[in-house]
Amino acid sequence: MLADKDRIFTNLYGAQDWRLAAARKRGAWDNTKALIERGRDAIIEEMKKSGLRGRGGAGFPTGLKWSFMPKQSDGRPHYLVVNADESEPGTCKDRDILRHDPHIFLEGCLIASFSMAAHACYIYVRGEYRREYQTLEAAIQECYDAKLFGKNAAGAGWDFDCYVHHGAGAYICGEETALLESLEGKKGMPRLKPPFPANVGLYGCPTTVNNVESIAVAPDILRRGAGWFSALGRPNNTGTKVFCISGHVNKPCNVEEEMGIPLKELIEKHAGGVRGGWDNLLAIIPGGSSVPLLPKTICDTVLMDFDSLRDVKSGLGTAAVIVMDRSTDLVKAIARLARFYKHESCGQCTPCREGTGWMWRVLERMVKGEAETSEIDLLLEVSYEVEGHTICALGDAAAWPIQGLIRHFRGDIERRINARKAGKPAMAAE
Amino acid sequence: MSLRRLAPDQPASFAFTKENLAWAGQQIKKYPDGRQVSAVVPILWRAQEQQGGYVTEPMIRVVGEMLGMSPIRVLEIATFYTMFNLKPVGKHLIQVCTTTPCWLRGSDTVLAACKKNIAHSSETVSADGMFSWMEVECLGACVNAPVVQIGDDYYEDLDGARMESILTDLRAGRKPKPGSQIGRQTSAPEGGPMTLTDPALFAKTKGS
Repeated sequence: MLADKDRIFTNLYGAQDWRLAAARKRGAWDNTKALIERGRDAIIEEMKKSGLRGRGGAGFPTGLKWSFMPKQSDGRPHYLVVNADESEPGTCKDRDILRHDPHIFLEGCLIASFSMAAHACYIYVRGEYRREYQTLEAAIQECYDAKLFGKNAAGAGWDFDCYVHHGAGAYICGEETALLESLEGKKGMPRLKPPFPANVGLYGCPTTVNNVESIAVAPDILRRGAGWFSALGRPNNTGTKVFCISGHVNKPCNVEEEMGIPLKELIEKHAGGVRGGWDNLLAIIPGGSSVPLLPKTICDTVLMDFDSLRDVKSGLGTAAVIVMDRSTDLVKAIARLARFYKHESCGQCTPCREGTGWMWRVLERMVKGEAETSEIDLLLEVSYEVEGHTICALGDAAAWPIQGLIRHFRGDIERRINARKAGKPAMAAE
Repeated sequence: MSLRRLAPDQPASFAFTKENLAWAGQQIKKYPDGRQVSAVVPILWRAQEQQGGYVTEPMIRVVGEMLGMSPIRVLEIATFYTMFNLKPVGKHLIQVCTTTPCWLRGSDTVLAACKKNIAHSSETVSADGMFSWMEVECLGACVNAPVVQIGDDYYEDLDGARMESILTDLRAGRKPKPGSQIGRQTSAPEGGPMTLTDPALFAKTKGS
């Protein structure tokens, strides 16, 4: 188990005050000036060496992303935009950072902005997180009052302004270019790439969009060194990660753990185990609703990191672990996710707009066994037509859970269809 | 996507209160010159709050005029973002999360409590005007499922009975305590945290 001394989010549960004075005692804003004075290249190099991969789901190396920003401004301002539009079903980690430890995050905003030559940072918080928005606004004000933000921020000679913005209920705004559209006062419809935001982002200016957790861990990486961070976890999957464990466990919770922790250990040590014991496990969605589920046999041994989960045709995503025991109607659980994607499709690309609704309707019939077995392959085929044929990854995210269900539990769907044909009442999961 | 239209019956006018007008001016200042359109979501949100929870057609025109947007652009915002309600809501709007993580932990019982105590169908204001409820997608508090949002607050670790008791309190004019309804410390496991228990963590500055 990760030792307490190696935890970055020491106020994850809000046991202590979030305000500046208390946050300083926990180590936030400790000589930030010295960190900044190391210079842009040194900071980015340290971030690269730490091996940090983006914590918002895609796992793109954070230091590398920062290095994509133009070294010299061509006259256009640079922006850092932080994605706090946490909406991936199963995920509630950024919420804890925003409401309980905003200062380590805000310190990260200043450092990241400086290293990308941005004088302004916008934090986009999902509309539902009203209390978190209010906390963040108050924490930003504290930073201005303490001269950590504003002219000559933290005494390091860099002028910096930080603003908090909110959405109004749209999952798609978690996609970085949709988020930029939304921040510009438009519908959150993803943009075609290229151009990438590092060249043409917010208001047509060079912009980097990072997840809250990626930014919040930066000050600790710089303070304790890339070597400390990269010694945790496994090669190419370094550091710590906040996991969200929900569903059929005895004690659902958030917890910061080492990357690469075995899934079984994560659940048994921190979440009180699967309801009814490990053998009562049916399947787990290991990284938020978008990634394919895993049956128990894989859950027995799989490690929780980007590469291990990719190797079993799933993904770490946001590290939101959704546990389902043997009482679960799995087809219904996935059908509900299909309804989610149908609801959240922005409507811009035809395969997603039409496909998400179509797949949801077929799955709803399959829940009751009102389908032909041949339709299982048809559903799979349609999911492949949606996947990879849209501007953003929402189409993929809608297709993957369904592909995972069919890959591992095709028999379940067939049994339901056959039972219905034989005139037996539709059965729940075994 | 879903079909979203303004309500057929619309009030004659909308005007911001003096306080909200000043607040809107402050919001616009967050964005660079000429980019005031960026403030449309926060300002329309404040307008919705002033109106008692929903967006009206005159409101869309007022906001459009304030930000130099044609009304159709503001209407697009109102229909695209699902937290904008397009018809009247109860004094307390109960937003019930029913996405898979909440459903696995029993959001059906929460939904049933709302149907029984408010109105059978969603987005219907109760006879006394006190409540309406709607299903929403993932609220992002999944380790405290099932969850509902009422106003600015989340109510967590619910079941049918706890939902009913919240409704009873609200009906009687009492404000139920937000957060976990079973006394959990936010997102820590039930029974208390099993990590972050080392007192040395909080005694000194990290790394020194």
